[in-house]
Amino acid sequence: MAMQSPAAVAEAAAPIIRFDGVTKRFGALTVLDDFSFAVAPGEKVTLIGPSGSGKSTVLRILMTLEPFQEGTLTLGGHGYHQPGGAGAFRASEKHLRAIRCNVGMVFQSFNLFPHMSVLRNITEAPRAHGVPRAEAEGRALDLLGLVGLADKKDHFPAQLSGGQQQRVAIARALAMRPRVLLFDEPTSALDPQLVGEVLGVIRSLAHEHDLTMLLVTHEMRFAREVSDRVCFFNKGRIVEQGDPERMFRSPEHPETRAFLQSVLA
Amino acid sequence: MMYGLAWDTSTPLAFATSILPILLIGLTVTVKAALAGFAIAIVMGLVFALLRRSRIRAVSWTTAFVVEFLRDTPLLVQLFFLYYVLPDYGVVMPAFLTGVLALGLQYSAYTSEVYRGGIDAIPRGQWEAATALNLSRLTVYRDIVIPQVVPRIVPAMGNYAVAMFKETPVLSVITILEMLGLANMIGEQTYQYLLPLTMVGLIFLLLTLICSAAIHQLERRLPKAGVPLK
Amino acid sequence: MNWLSYLPSLAQGALVTAEITFVSIVIGGLLSFAAGIARVEGGRIPAFVALCYTEIFRGTSLLVQLFWLYYALPLIGLSFDPVTTGIIGLSLHAGGYGAEIVRGALLAVPQQQLEAARALNFSRRHTLFHIVLPQSLVEMMPAFGNLAIDTLKLSSLVSLISIADLTFRAQSIRNLTLDSTTVYTLTLIGYFLMALVLAAIMRLIERLVRRGAAFPKAAHA
Repeated sequence: MAMQSPAAVAEAAAPIIRFDGVTKRFGALTVLDDFSFAVAPGEKVTLIGPSGSGKSTVLRILMTLEPFQEGTLTLGGHGYHQPGGAGAFRASEKHLRAIRCNVGMVFQSFNLFPHMSVLRNITEAPRAHGVPRAEAEGRALDLLGLVGLADKKDHFPAQLSGGQQQRVAIARALAMRPRVLLFDEPTSALDPQLVGEVLGVIRSLAHEHDLTMLLVTHEMRFAREVSDRVCFFNKGRIVEQGDPERMFRSPEHPETRAFLQSVLA
Repeated sequence: MMYGLAWDTSTPLAFATSILPILLIGLTVTVKAALAGFAIAIVMGLVFALLRRSRIRAVSWTTAFVVEFLRDTPLLVQLFFLYYVLPDYGVVMPAFLTGVLALGLQYSAYTSEVYRGGIDAIPRGQWEAATALNLSRLTVYRDIVIPQVVPRIVPAMGNYAVAMFKETPVLSVITILEMLGLANMIGEQTYQYLLPLTMVGLIFLLLTLICSAAIHQLERRLPKAGVPLK
Repeated sequence: MNWLSYLPSLAQGALVTAEITFVSIVIGGLLSFAAGIARVEGGRIPAFVALCYTEIFRGTSLLVQLFWLYYALPLIGLSFDPVTTGIIGLSLHAGGYGAEIVRGALLAVPQQQLEAARALNFSRRHTLFHIVLPQSLVEMMPAFGNLAIDTLKLSSLVSLISIADLTFRAQSIRNLTLDSTTVYTLTLIGYFLMALVLAAIMRLIERLVRRGAAFPKAAHA
């Protein structure tokens, strides 16, 4: 993050993601309670915490996969809110689509389209949004090179290992050139020996200084290595956040300490 | 006039109310035929399903062929076959019985597949465990297979019962006076077909919707715990 | 060997049966997709109209429907020959059942696929036609195969509105000759063979769909 342009530094004042008092309930269960949180452009933020603490919900709300009941979300200058506890999206589909233009997401279970080749999985979104075929394919091949799977372009998802599928999913998410990329436990569904190749790809992306990354993971060592900031989540709140070195070396809050002890033991 | 009930063709409403009792008499025949046919289908379906599991190749293959043949040929033609061919060989029975037999046979082909699916869904490990415990074949079916299979197949069986109910009008072609047969007779005598036929359609629709809703309720109440198949 | 003399007439009837079945399956298939998609994706009013259509045609007997159309259509000024009436009845009936097949398969596409489509910012239409339908088409095919066989079998009912199909021919011959056993045995075999051919055609289509959707059956490489 050393070589930021003056413009990027100036823009960093305005966060690209901002949650203002967002409350999210599933029936009687409150998953996020008056949640406020901001991410600067280009920042790499990791959310850690016990399962069920609401960290994945943050990503799913950002991707407009989940409605929320109260508060406001601002994403790349587009505001979006749900006054009055309505359960459904109030924003129009058109507005949601404008918001989604800024965001890409990598899922725990890859969610590749099983009936499309690797190449088609990656080119489908750009082509649906009007990018000419040749250009979309050129972009897809570059991305496949980036994730180290250029030779697999004509394979189908079922013919790939889990690690390869997840790398394709990362390329697919990048093909729309999002400003924000969300990773929802990208290695949790993988066999241990395949985790490394996926983390390697994510690590190389972390060097792109204008890509904002929000990562939910249980890989603590990796979080420490790639993040600018680590947030510890518990029961729908951020208990503690800060510089990864400090968070892992000397956590201040007892809940953070207990959690880190249990996962690093 | 039919069953001592006269009809009044002065207004559509009067006509409808005057023929409704006649159609309802037909409905009792429809329901009886469907129930009797379903009883046959349940028993014969099980017989077919078990014969198909026979270790003797000739038996299982023949059964498979018979089931396939019953399933791939029209009920109407099977009905004509039984109605006209059986008497040629000295088997004379009332039309109602012939109709019920045809319905039951056709649907036993379907129900046998339901039984088969239910039995096949029991994991191999359970059969092996039963063998390891040295249970008799009877005990295995009574205590292991049936308690697990029955809750799973009840909804499918119910749907076939409803389907069968809807097919009973075909029996009118062999002179059985169920609802459709009566509606057609009323039409022949009054030259008004549309109203009786519409009423028959509505009665079917109403009863089918009620039955489907009932099956749906039943499906929700059936025990799901302890039936961890597939 | 008098059974040979029945064959030409029965064959003519079988041709009529095949034609009516084929046309009804095609029209019924189109209706299935129209009504099935309307129920899942159509918005409130189209979904309600489709629901009424499927419930009415699945909730009443085909035979009642055929008689009803036979007598009702002329009253609203639509006078068709019996063959057209038969095809209309069979198609509407098949479409009602097929719509449920389409609806079930559309709803069976995993939620994660829809989420992935949303994350890539696809429109609803794009998601339906490029993600949901291609995947569910494969799932629908076995049920459509059964529906096709059902349509063939039910087509025998059109003989009762005086269409000279296979069943109608069989009845005529049997009334002339009283040779019930031979006539009906031949007729049953005729339907059975047609069903086998139809099943083979449907399996072929299923294979084409499967290849079109390009689902490799291979396990992980």
